Formats: sequence, C-alpha cells, structure tokens
Amino acid sequence: MLPVFLIGLYVFVLSIFVGYEIISKVPPLLHTPLMSGTNAISGISLVGAVIAAGLGHDALTTALGFAAVICGTINVIGGYLVTNRMLRMFKKK
Amino acid sequence: MLTYVSDIIYLVSAVFFIVGIKMLSSPATARRGNYLSALAMVMTVGTTLVVGQIADYTWIIAGVAVGTVVGALAAQWVKMTAMPQLVALFNGLGGAASGLVAVSEYFRRLDTLESYLVIVILLSLTVGAITLSGSLIAYGKLQELIPGRPITYPLQNWGNLLLMLAALGVGIFLVIEPSRIDWFLVLVGISLLIGVLMVLPIGGADMPVVVALLNSFSGIAVAFTGFVLSAKVLIIVGSLVGASGIFLTVAMCVAMNRSVWNVIFGAFGQLDVAAAGPGVAPAAQGAVKAYTIDDALVMLENSDLVIIVPGFGMAAAQAQHAVRELSDKLGERGIEVKFAVHPVAGRMPGHMNVLLAEANVPYDQLYDMDAINDQFKTAGVAMVIGANDVVNPAANEDPSSPIYGMPILRAEEARTVMVLKRSMNPGFAGIDNQLFLRDNTMMLFGDAKSTLSKLVAALKN
Repeated sequence: MLPVFLIGLYVFVLSIFVGYEIISKVPPLLHTPLMSGTNAISGISLVGAVIAAGLGHDALTTALGFAAVICGTINVIGGYLVTNRMLRMFKKK
Repeated sequence: MLTYVSDIIYLVSAVFFIVGIKMLSSPATARRGNYLSALAMVMTVGTTLVVGQIADYTWIIAGVAVGTVVGALAAQWVKMTAMPQLVALFNGLGGAASGLVAVSEYFRRLDTLESYLVIVILLSLTVGAITLSGSLIAYGKLQELIPGRPITYPLQNWGNLLLMLAALGVGIFLVIEPSRIDWFLVLVGISLLIGVLMVLPIGGADMPVVVALLNSFSGIAVAFTGFVLSAKVLIIVGSLVGASGIFLTVAMCVAMNRSVWNVIFGAFGQLDVAAAGPGVAPAAQGAVKAYTIDDALVMLENSDLVIIVPGFGMAAAQAQHAVRELSDKLGERGIEVKFAVHPVAGRMPGHMNVLLAEANVPYDQLYDMDAINDQFKTAGVAMVIGANDVVNPAANEDPSSPIYGMPILRAEEARTVMVLKRSMNPGFAGIDNQLFLRDNTMMLFGDAKSTLSKLVAALKN
C-alpha cells in the first residue's frame, strides 16, 4: 500500500501547486462562478459513492452509498447548472 | 487492458478539469470551460460505472435520479441574491458525499483494515463531516435562519482546541484498534460538532472567507477520498478545488487586512451586536444632513463620471435592477458610469459582480479595487449603495480603528459622495463611518431601491 500512497502524495502536492497557479489568474469578476464551478467538481466523490452503492456488499454500505450518491449528484448537477446560469449573464457592452 | 483504458480516460478527464478551470479566467471562455469540466465529470463517473465491478445499478440509478431532480430545481429556482446560501449548501453536500463514502468504505473493509487505509478513511471522514456541518451553519446564517452575528460561547477557542485534540486522540486510537465501531461513531460526532462550533462564532460579513474556506475543505475531503479509493483523478481534482478555496480564502483575508486565524477565531464584528439597535450613534446622527432627490439630481447631472460602489445593502434591497436603470439613464445623458467592486463586498467572493451581471450591467463596466481607486478623484459623484466599511476612510487614517489597514475604495476622493443608506446604523464592524459626516457627502436615507427608482424617474423628466 505504501508505494500507492507515495504516488498519491506526489500527485496531491503537485496538484495543489497547479491549482493555485491556474486559479490565481481568475479575475475577481468571476470569483463566484469559480467558486460554484469548483464546488460542482468537488462532487466527484460520486465516483466512490456509485461503487459503494453498487457493489452489493451489504445493506449498510449500500445505504451509505445511496445517500452519498444523492448528495454527490445534487452537488454536481446543481453546481454545474447554477454556474452555467451565472456565466450566461456576464455580457460585454 | 481495461484498467489501462480506464486509467487513460481518468487522466484525460483530469486534464479537462484543469483546462476547464483555466478557461474560467475570462468571461469569454468561462462557459465553455464549465461545459468542459462537466464533460470531464461525465467521463469520470461513466468510466467508473463501467469498470467499477458494479453488481447492481438499482440504488445508483435511484440516487442519481433524486439528486438530479433536486439539484436541477435548486439551480433553476435560486435567486441570484441567495447564491451564497446555495453554494454553501451544495458545498456541504459535497463534503457529505466524501464523508459518507469514507464511512461506507470503513464498514465494507472492516475485517481487512490496514493502518494506512484507516488513516486516510479517518481524514476523509473528518474533513467531510466538518465541511457538512460547517456549511449547514453557514447556510443557516446566510439564509438568516440563525442570527448572522457572531454567536459566542464560553471557552470558545479552548473548547474548539480541546475538541480537535479529542478528534486526534480518537483517531490515533482507531488506527491502533480499527474495529472499534463505537469510537468510530464518536469521531463522526466530534467532527460534526467541530464544524458547527467553528462557524457559529463567525459574523455575517466574514462569510466570504468562511464559504471559501469550506469550499477548500470539500476539495481536500475529495482528495483524501481519492487516497481511500486509490483513485488518482480524485486526488488531482480534490487538490485543485482545495487550492482554489485556499486561494480565495487568502484573497478575501488580504482584502480585509486580517489573518485567516483572526477571521476564524476572532469573532470579529461583535460590536454591532450591542450597537445595531435603532437610534445608535447619536453623536454621528446629529451632524449628518439628509438631502433630497433633487439635490442628488443636480450633482449627478453635473458629473462626467459617476462611480457606483455596491455593497451587501444593494443585495438586501434587491436594488441591482434599479441600479442598472439609473446607470442606463445617466449613460443616455453622456455621463460615464463605472462600478467599483470591493473584493469582500457582499456575502461571497464576487457576489456583487454576479448581481450586477444579472441586472444586465456589462462586465466591462465593473472594476476591481486596484483598477478603479485612482479614478475616484476624477469622479463627480461616488454613489455608495448599501456599503459601509469598504469605504470607511478610518481604514486609512485612524490607527485606533478596528479596520485600520484594510484596503478600501477611496470614494471620499470624489467631488461628491452620495450615500444611499437605510439609517445611520454602523456597518458590520460596528464602527462609525466618518465619511458620512464629511462636507462633500450627501446622505440619502431610505430604501435603496426606492431611492434609486425616484432618481431614475427624476432623470426621465
């Protein structure tokens, strides 16, 4: 398990730097859509949720997975739609 | 073979997420960036559905159906002024999803838990739970279900520190004894409690920082979930969101000249609890002169440049459309109108920009603090709508002021400062604003929306 952890740690640390770099270029004008857009992305735990809900291991893990799927989906669908709704409003003169 | 294909798809998705966020840096490409990011999400989840050894799709389909309906309706119905609440709520659900996955993984692998796995499960659980409960409290405050003022309690910071130490202690114990379900549940409880107690003492106007910080937490929870599932795409994407939240948190704190520590643990803005009642600050009230719409009209008509400074009061009064009408009317008369947006105006980063965009104000009329501050001295009128602390000259001039050192919009440099305000109540920081007493300041008391409508009507004649 340790090598997997180490690779993960490399990815984690480097991604934080990448993230900080690209995000620091987003102007304050778009900070709210940035926030709701990244917020939608954080619903990606859905990946773990569908596995938990679908493996059919036992009733408890399935139920927890089901709840996670609902939460994650609301986050993802709602987040992307509301970001799109906001971005549609930004117009030039 | 299949795992190679799926791994490549995950990698491509991660790249799409990164490029998608990057495209958010310009209004011209932002929408496409959002689509790209959504496509990456479909690719990631879709691939997992194929390769994830799923035995039964029933509960997945049911959960996705429920979530889609709820999410879509919420996104469609929310008012733009309520955006901070909605983002807080979605954020909490993201944290919940990560936390629930961690709990589920814990029970599923209970018999074969290695120390490494326990550690990452506990981290994912703790951060996810804090995100959930903290976001719900933030939602409650923004929705005004619970008082927006800082709610303090005895031994607040020591109590929180003790709770964190307790969480750490229980966590270490669980690494040694992973099968103690009772203590696992205790840790869930402690984590939820930490989230509640952390956000309760934070005041309404500090919400931009809190929402940004919780956004970051939700990303970090995702990254830990990635460690639990050995899913690199989750680690990448979670770190991105975490970094984004950290960046915004720091940006908000810099804009208030305060440390993250001070925002979280300082219970700032307590003064307004005592001072917010009606009839306060009589000393200030006495010296202030209220002007009429006609007075204001003369000043506006004699300007070449009008700079409008919106604040949370504009959102509270739903006055953004009236502001745009005024801006249009002034524009028709050849008067240039610019909007000066302070980074922490409103209840979330960029809140004012979204509201003004909703009211069809073109975004090239919206200016950041640094871009506009040198132009106030050339403006005939600086019109302050429901903003207070972000234009308080005490931040520059009075070392004893609690907001001394905070970068402000230098509205006071305009020939005339017009302040649309409900009453003389001090702003969030609970301090008087000397700007209101200055000779070049005109106070227009009343509901911002109706004042603006009257100005528009007067300009029509």
